[in-house]
Amino acid sequence: MPENCIYIARSSAIAARALAGEMMVMNSADSTFFTLNEVATAIFQAADGHTPLREIVRDKVCEQFDVDPVQAQADAELFVTELSSHGVLLVSSQPLSLEAKREANQDTNRDTNEEAP
Amino acid sequence: MSLMSEMGQKAFNLGVPIAVHIDVTYRCNERCVHCYLDHDDHGEMTTAEIKGVLDQLAEAGVFYLTFSGGEVFMRRDFFELVEYARRLMFNVKIKTNAVMIHEAEARRIRELDVDTIQISVYSHRPEVHDAITKLPHSLERTIKAIRFLREQGLRVTIANVLMTVNSSDHLGVQKLAAELGVHYTLDPTITPMMDGDTSVLALRIPGEELPEVFRNPALVASQEEFCAPPKPPSEEDLEGYSCSAGHSFCYISPYGDVFPCVQFPLPTGNIRQQKFLDIWNSSPEMKEVRSIQAKDLTVCSSCTHVTTCTRCPGLAYVEGSMRGPSTADCEKSFYRTGVPTANMIRQGLSKPRSTSGNSAHLIQIRPIAVPA
Repeated sequence: MPENCIYIARSSAIAARALAGEMMVMNSADSTFFTLNEVATAIFQAADGHTPLREIVRDKVCEQFDVDPVQAQADAELFVTELSSHGVLLVSSQPLSLEAKREANQDTNRDTNEEAP
Repeated sequence: MSLMSEMGQKAFNLGVPIAVHIDVTYRCNERCVHCYLDHDDHGEMTTAEIKGVLDQLAEAGVFYLTFSGGEVFMRRDFFELVEYARRLMFNVKIKTNAVMIHEAEARRIRELDVDTIQISVYSHRPEVHDAITKLPHSLERTIKAIRFLREQGLRVTIANVLMTVNSSDHLGVQKLAAELGVHYTLDPTITPMMDGDTSVLALRIPGEELPEVFRNPALVASQEEFCAPPKPPSEEDLEGYSCSAGHSFCYISPYGDVFPCVQFPLPTGNIRQQKFLDIWNSSPEMKEVRSIQAKDLTVCSSCTHVTTCTRCPGLAYVEGSMRGPSTADCEKSFYRTGVPTANMIRQGLSKPRSTSGNSAHLIQIRPIAVPA
């Protein structure tokens, strides 16, 4: 998937709260618990489903942190891939509407339930 | 230390209320013999008021939110509140007796991505459980609800309060939990009633029966470690604090009163009159609770159990002083290790005096009158 087409949205299945500059994130489906650093938190908070990842990296990462844009984009894609594999972020080549987010969450939950012993 | 514990410790150190327990009602469809609540509605918060509280809690940094009661499903707006809480991205846990949960409710709980549902089960035998809840067929309905919840893939915990009337049934409840595929917790703590009535303490199991629980391999992973005589406290230990009450945890009643903990009936403010963060940060009572270090405890600072005891400052407060001992916990420490506590030695006792039915001075949790 070309990186300029990636749209990301926070899953509605998660719990999240900022604590002292870090974001705590827990997926209720499997109780996985993460903490995100400042840069990851900026991406996570901007994951609204309709802003392309490239724009998020440009506006929320490169403008606010002293990072190389190419490296930042590569790191962001890795981060997105990892969090989406845990059902924390939803990824699409199309902007994600509220309805689409809901359906994607239901699919994630179904998958998780099917995998549960 | 797990990542979750690390964040909990960070919240404690920073004084962030990472976890809050809110009772949305004291009304209940069961009348459990040991319950400490007054089930009449003295003016519980409206839907809008609770939503306002949730907004404030999110802003204050609360991550773990427990909805409890009374019975939460006695409120017709309960799902509306859970939905609102989930939209604010809280990690939500529900405590319920589950008798009002059917297939549709279980599905809704799943859709709202609730983390855990904790359900009270007193016995695997209907005649014992139903006699405690005073609701006919309650065990049957509760078990049916647990099955509905499990079918939805939800995490369920059975909470088994241990008392004289069900003390021989905990192994049966454990077996039931295993059959249902749910977690099991056991708690021998009986709390005095809110109106000051301590008669329910007669339901506490005799201390002599505690060793059987403490030495149950299904409940205690390492008995050798758990029941080992305590090590003398270090200087650092004496600089430590009792528990998270008032440090990173607090309790909110259906009337908006804020307390350091569910078991700590020290009023610190009312959310109908003040902002939550103003109470949390500035209440003199919260500050006092927060200031108490192990070295400040009047009896316990000299007790060999001070670092390993489960001393509850709330129960100590109910007994007369938040800096004093909690006799029920002294009893647990003694029967866990066989080593007398400083509280016992002070009273010249070779074994704890029964804590059942003592006449401790109590402060009630009551709604604070709100000017019209």
